Amino acid sequence: METLLALILVPPLLGAALNGIWGRRFSRPLVAAAGCGAAGLSMVMALLAASAYTRAASTAPWIHTYFTWIHSGTFHADFALWYDRLTLVMTCTVTVVAFLIHVYSVGYMEHEGGFYRFFCYLNLFLFMMLLLVTAANYPLMFVGWEGVGLCSYLLIGFYFAKRSASDAGKKAFIVTRIGDAGFTVGVALLFWSLGSVDFSDVFGRVAALPPGEMQGTLTAVGVLLFLGAVGKSAQIPLYVWLPDAMEGPTPVSALIHAATMVTAGVYMVARSNVLYAHAPLALALVAATGGVTAFFSATIAVCQNDLKRMLAYSTISQIGYMFLGCGAAIFASGIFHLMTHACFKALLFLSAGSVMHAMSGELDMRKMGGLRRRMKTTWLTFLAATLAISGIPMFSGFFSKDEILAAAYNGPLGRHWLYWLGTVTAGLTAFYMFRGLFLTFHGPSRVPPELEPHVHESGRLMTGPLIVLAVFSVAAGYVSWPRALGGQEAFDRYLDPVFAASQEFVRSLVAAPAPGRLTNFSLMALSFVAALAGLGAAYWLYLASPGLPGRLAARVGWLYRLVANKYYVDEIYNALIVNPIRVASEKLLWQDIDAGLIDGGLVEGAAEVAAEVGGGLRRLQSGNIRSYAAWVLLGAVVWFGYVLLNR
Amino acid sequence: MSWLTAHLLTVIIFLPLAGAIVLSFLRRPPSLRWAALIFSLLTLALAVGLFVRFRPGEGMQFGENRPWIASPPIRYHLGVDGLSVILILLTAFLTPLGVLVSWTGITRRVKEFHVFLLALETGMMGVFCSLDLFLFFVFWEAMLIPMYFLIGVWGHERRVYAAIKFILYTMIGSALMLVGILFLYEKTGTFDFTQILAALSSGALAVSPAAEKWLFWAFFIAFAIKVPIFPLHTWLPDAHTEAPAAGSVILAGVLLKMGTYGILRFCLPLFPNAAREFALLVSVLAVIGIIYGSLVSMVQPDLKRLVAYSSVAHLGFVVLGIFAFNRIGIEGAIYQMANHGVSTGALFVLVGLLYDRRHTRLIREFGGLAHTIPVFSAFFMIVTLSSLGLPSLNGFVGEFLIILGAFRARAAFGALAAVGVILAAVYLLWMYQRVFLGQITRDENRTLPDCNGREKIMLLAAVGAMILMGVYPQPFLRRMDVAAAQVVERVAPGGGSAARALWSAGERSR
Repeated sequence: METLLALILVPPLLGAALNGIWGRRFSRPLVAAAGCGAAGLSMVMALLAASAYTRAASTAPWIHTYFTWIHSGTFHADFALWYDRLTLVMTCTVTVVAFLIHVYSVGYMEHEGGFYRFFCYLNLFLFMMLLLVTAANYPLMFVGWEGVGLCSYLLIGFYFAKRSASDAGKKAFIVTRIGDAGFTVGVALLFWSLGSVDFSDVFGRVAALPPGEMQGTLTAVGVLLFLGAVGKSAQIPLYVWLPDAMEGPTPVSALIHAATMVTAGVYMVARSNVLYAHAPLALALVAATGGVTAFFSATIAVCQNDLKRMLAYSTISQIGYMFLGCGAAIFASGIFHLMTHACFKALLFLSAGSVMHAMSGELDMRKMGGLRRRMKTTWLTFLAATLAISGIPMFSGFFSKDEILAAAYNGPLGRHWLYWLGTVTAGLTAFYMFRGLFLTFHGPSRVPPELEPHVHESGRLMTGPLIVLAVFSVAAGYVSWPRALGGQEAFDRYLDPVFAASQEFVRSLVAAPAPGRLTNFSLMALSFVAALAGLGAAYWLYLASPGLPGRLAARVGWLYRLVANKYYVDEIYNALIVNPIRVASEKLLWQDIDAGLIDGGLVEGAAEVAAEVGGGLRRLQSGNIRSYAAWVLLGAVVWFGYVLLNR
Repeated sequence: MSWLTAHLLTVIIFLPLAGAIVLSFLRRPPSLRWAALIFSLLTLALAVGLFVRFRPGEGMQFGENRPWIASPPIRYHLGVDGLSVILILLTAFLTPLGVLVSWTGITRRVKEFHVFLLALETGMMGVFCSLDLFLFFVFWEAMLIPMYFLIGVWGHERRVYAAIKFILYTMIGSALMLVGILFLYEKTGTFDFTQILAALSSGALAVSPAAEKWLFWAFFIAFAIKVPIFPLHTWLPDAHTEAPAAGSVILAGVLLKMGTYGILRFCLPLFPNAAREFALLVSVLAVIGIIYGSLVSMVQPDLKRLVAYSSVAHLGFVVLGIFAFNRIGIEGAIYQMANHGVSTGALFVLVGLLYDRRHTRLIREFGGLAHTIPVFSAFFMIVTLSSLGLPSLNGFVGEFLIILGAFRARAAFGALAAVGVILAAVYLLWMYQRVFLGQITRDENRTLPDCNGREKIMLLAAVGAMILMGVYPQPFLRRMDVAAAQVVERVAPGGGSAARALWSAGERSR
């Protein structure tokens, strides 16, 4: 088992090394074979590990230590991997989606330069992501955590000749690093209060605590770790990097900025469920942040005209849902949505990439329309994903989103206002997604004439993965038939060995929320109604009477401008934080204090004083005998006077 | 072989000097370069041997102790522990890089250049091996002379100003330290560090608290200038910027560590009470160094100055870790000394290679270099990542341990240090973007040659060290256990029972 676990990680690392070192000399097919082969091999290993773990019929985690990584004083962190049912779900989701996206990329990147570089980064990303989800302690998880951040930086800035791309990559790295600073401090606090950073020790020791013990410390740890998640998973207030990250090639947006890396924060919170269970205040913060972000970001998505940016805001919003589920202490619902979202959001991005291919890179939905006639497969797959994300019954998003909304309503830390926020968001989601679908694929064509002849369906390498993901987007929900319809929520039960104890602990810790009057079934019906309302509104505004949105926007011009400009958050950050720091560093710290006060004033001042004193003393040594004689006389007089006076 | 083992430190110290003497008989620049390279590589081989044969879990090793001058009793007393053995390895690693980076850039007075470089290595090795205060002081001062000439003769435009500033600044500190050393001699009748330490820790020699404070500052200021600790840092940007590439590599890589080495070796063990009393003040200065150094680095228009100010920030981390007074913080600090040497040394190598190509260090002269020199850009990226502390590379291990240690001592300072880690990403990635990404804006940059074989070997060595030190730091950390524990034991007795046990184990086996 030890080898098998390691073998999930090794192929992508080797693939990255191969393409990174020799890729420039490889032919394109060879680069593609190395890259996809590595991802495929990793997927096979992940599936083999899953079947081995399932056959072992024990729910205890496998923990394998390979070598001591850092040992200093009482601090100890090994290179050790951890495999349990949560890891199983994560590794399978990550490797399957990643493999499909690798294959798609061969087609998508066909005409691009830097082919080898792309696959090197993509493989390296896969390795880091797998390390993140298999690590058995926080520092090693942090290696994967910042490692995926690095690959994200490199891939966002893949078209590095473009200023906007390199700006976006840098912004992504720095903004997520703000969160990572919190994560680091959280790990430090964890270490000094519990004496270990290993999952097994930490969870064991926390679980053994009596209720209420160390709650303050653990709350602080929970909030600090969550700060890392806020950065990495693009939640308020650190979400600003993700929309810009769309500068990267579209397969990257699908893999990193939709399906896997951005959900790392959700995984981290779920992995630390024991810890969060003892810090209900921190968990409530997780839920509130998630709920508010979900709504806030959905409102921005409504007014975006750039297809990928709309999807980016949608991703922020959907991750908000996942945090809402975890924060309500129904961790499995968050992971369930993570899994279905990985399928349908990756599919949405890949379909968007297919559109982009056809449109010669154009992303403005106002210049599309009617594409379904020319790109049938892409249209159908985009439709499947739209139905899934909008929560239309019997598509995957319907099942997972409903679990989260039910958790927000009934969960141990659920709050009714969060539930209503989530339900309104569900309506908004359906609205902006169908708006996107209608603007892109339906209605009359608004494609500029010079692009028109080029519009075509993409090749098999691209449509193949689309079809597979479409199947998953439809079917992934059936692993957890909802209770409202008489099911057992099998996926949640499957993860019970990981989550159930924490869930029950939270339930025992907090006063149960006042039982709402809504039953599970009526919750489901409500969210369905919300989704239908969103769909209907989109149909009415963008298909039935296409002139209306413009008139509406003009009617409430200030509101439209506020939302369309993303509430001016980037501008506010620049004005309040970025520019003041830059100007103060240059003018005040460097020119005034460093060059002026310290170096010019003190250091050179001291030199000048020395020069002055030296110059003054030089006059004493004039070489003039008479003046020396005068000094001798003066000295003698002073000395005699001193001796006489002190007699 | 046994003779070599018994005198390994002496050989390591004086082999470069022997090389310098051999060089003085050579004439042609190629043979001078090769000879310098061979001698520095031989020294590296011996340093690796020393590192491998150094026994973890024990204190001072490879001791050599014989009288040098009868009266006053000055001894040729050498020895290494985990702290010095790592710095010796670092010095031996960076000197060949210094030779290689100057391979084509130095064309004037080639012989003198390499003689000074090798003499400098002898001085640095001597500083890290000496256990006699007077001997230490001799090496400490001796090393200034070759560095002065390296900056003053082969430096850039303002080289004379920078060289004089460097030497005056350091001499002021040295003068203070000399007074301290003489005072200790006056009290104990010996210059031998181990004897003085024993006398102080056993109580045989009592120093009044006031005297201890004066002594602490006399030593500390000398070392603080070298580190440099804010606000004593303004010699550094000038010296680093004006020095030739090899000089910057050695300055940043090794010379700065002499300051932190001195603090750990002398200031803390000899004057623990004063060190405790001023720990808060020094920690404040260290944190200011981290934040201030990063912010000032961010706005530098000159690549070398940018890297120079980043050293102020990185060394702030080291000082913060040292003054945490716990095992984790101090081990992190020692490790970070080596990390900074490798990372910043490599950064100066890269900037030097860029200067060879374009004869400018101004960031705005570049832009879009990744189009013309992709291999060079890739190396630069990895070194940048190492410098900003990316986990899986070397910088992270040191910074993380320092943050842990500092957090234990004073939580707010640990948190502020973590903020410093964000700023490192800001100034380094912004610099990288302006130099390598975007469109090519100057025609001169369209025809730059990419890395040649010599450059690839240097950079591969540096990158290999970064990956090794980031993925498998244990060989290094294991060797510094006892050294760190001994410092903690002196400065924060009873700080940890584990530390006590290790200390006594180290004592017994000697």
